[in-house]
Amino acid sequence: MQNNDKSAAVIRVMLAKIGLDGHDRGIKVVARALRDAGMDVVYTGLHRTPEEVVDAAIQEDVDILGISLLSGAHMHIFPKVLQLLKDKEAEDMIVTGGGVIPDDDVKELYQMGVHKILLQDTPPQEIIDSFRQLVAERGDR
Amino acid sequence: MINRIPSMQLAERVREGHLRAIARLITRVESGDNPEVREALAELYKSTGNAHVVGITGVPGAGKSTLVTQLVHEYRASGRKVGVVAIDPSSPYSGGAILGDRIRMGDLVSDPGVFIRSMATRGTLGGLARPALDAVDLLDAGGFDIVLIETVGVGQDEVDIVRAAHTTVVVNAPGLGDDIQAIKAGVLEIADVHVVSKADRPDSNRTIQELKGMLMMSLEQGEGIWRVPVVPTSSEKHTGFGELMAAIDRHAEHLKTSGEITERRHQIALTRVVKVAEQIVRDNFARDSRSQTEALLKQVTQRELDPHGAAVSLLKAMKETIHETH
Repeated sequence: MQNNDKSAAVIRVMLAKIGLDGHDRGIKVVARALRDAGMDVVYTGLHRTPEEVVDAAIQEDVDILGISLLSGAHMHIFPKVLQLLKDKEAEDMIVTGGGVIPDDDVKELYQMGVHKILLQDTPPQEIIDSFRQLVAERGDR
Repeated sequence: MINRIPSMQLAERVREGHLRAIARLITRVESGDNPEVREALAELYKSTGNAHVVGITGVPGAGKSTLVTQLVHEYRASGRKVGVVAIDPSSPYSGGAILGDRIRMGDLVSDPGVFIRSMATRGTLGGLARPALDAVDLLDAGGFDIVLIETVGVGQDEVDIVRAAHTTVVVNAPGLGDDIQAIKAGVLEIADVHVVSKADRPDSNRTIQELKGMLMMSLEQGEGIWRVPVVPTSSEKHTGFGELMAAIDRHAEHLKTSGEITERRHQIALTRVVKVAEQIVRDNFARDSRSQTEALLKQVTQRELDPHGAAVSLLKAMKETIHETH
């Protein structure tokens, strides 16, 4: 029987696709990799709004909200998500991004408060490791 | 590091129906045993008992999540607040899970009268994770009128849900097996309401007739006995969900007028106490009595002691060491 160890809380992740972006092969691969690493993964499905995703993430009380964007709308969507989390007093949620994002934008996204950007060539193990690290750094909640 | 709000403080906000507090306490319950969380739950338990708990089960692919989504819309239209606890299987290998219901329930967000939470089974049998029952309590205490538990669709082994819900809805889909399948399945008898989903399909009539036929063979008949209805639904055509809600409401009414509700509540209490007791025993084996367990196991493998004798001796030893903090 796995995960009966009381000290090890299972990491909960929501993976989200927001807006007009129909590419979900990558996010599904990531979902599978995270599950195989023992995490609980909630996938939102395609074409969600930032409001839908933030509300769902709060109800699911995920440790990490991972948003995949291949549409180029990242500079529009991330600020919106961060603002909504703030409005709903959920700033303690870790926000990460993945997909196709230019380097200059990555820098700016970090400044906005996105915790981690993992681009399209990131190996799955690196995603798993950085998620674990982010949750460990945040501490108990 | 972030500020950890004490569970008791969260409990107060749960009573006010604060969704984020409910969500966080469910997480804490799920992450394992913590006396501080237990205390908050014990306090909140006093505020429960008002929600009508509906269990929804059925084989995988029968359309449970779609049905839940539609049913939530009906309840909202009737002015009631609905909580949903959706349970999906954990991987037996990694313990992780992909919780997929959010995909199908996408259109239910941004309504403060709806709360949806996904949970993984974590290896529990019978399709019902124990923390799911705590989550039901939290939603109940948070002022939700209806709590829907959607169980993992393992099919013929889901009697657990009956012991935790006031009304059990079994979702059947056309074309998933002949009537022998229905006799075999324990799910036939556990239903208070049967649904035949995908009723727009031409073969659904056969499923409906078969189910009705099976139900007519039921031994208990007569005045004052609940007659299990068969409700056809179609999410394609948006039909049947109002009827389904009405059937559940009728069953709730029947429980009250017939006095059966007392029996159900007793059954639910029994299930829950036994489940927690089982967990305490398991945890104790894992934590406190490892060295002792090893010694006993050795005796069992060497045929000096039989398994039953070893178990009894472990339980006796546990009596002294059992932790009050559970």
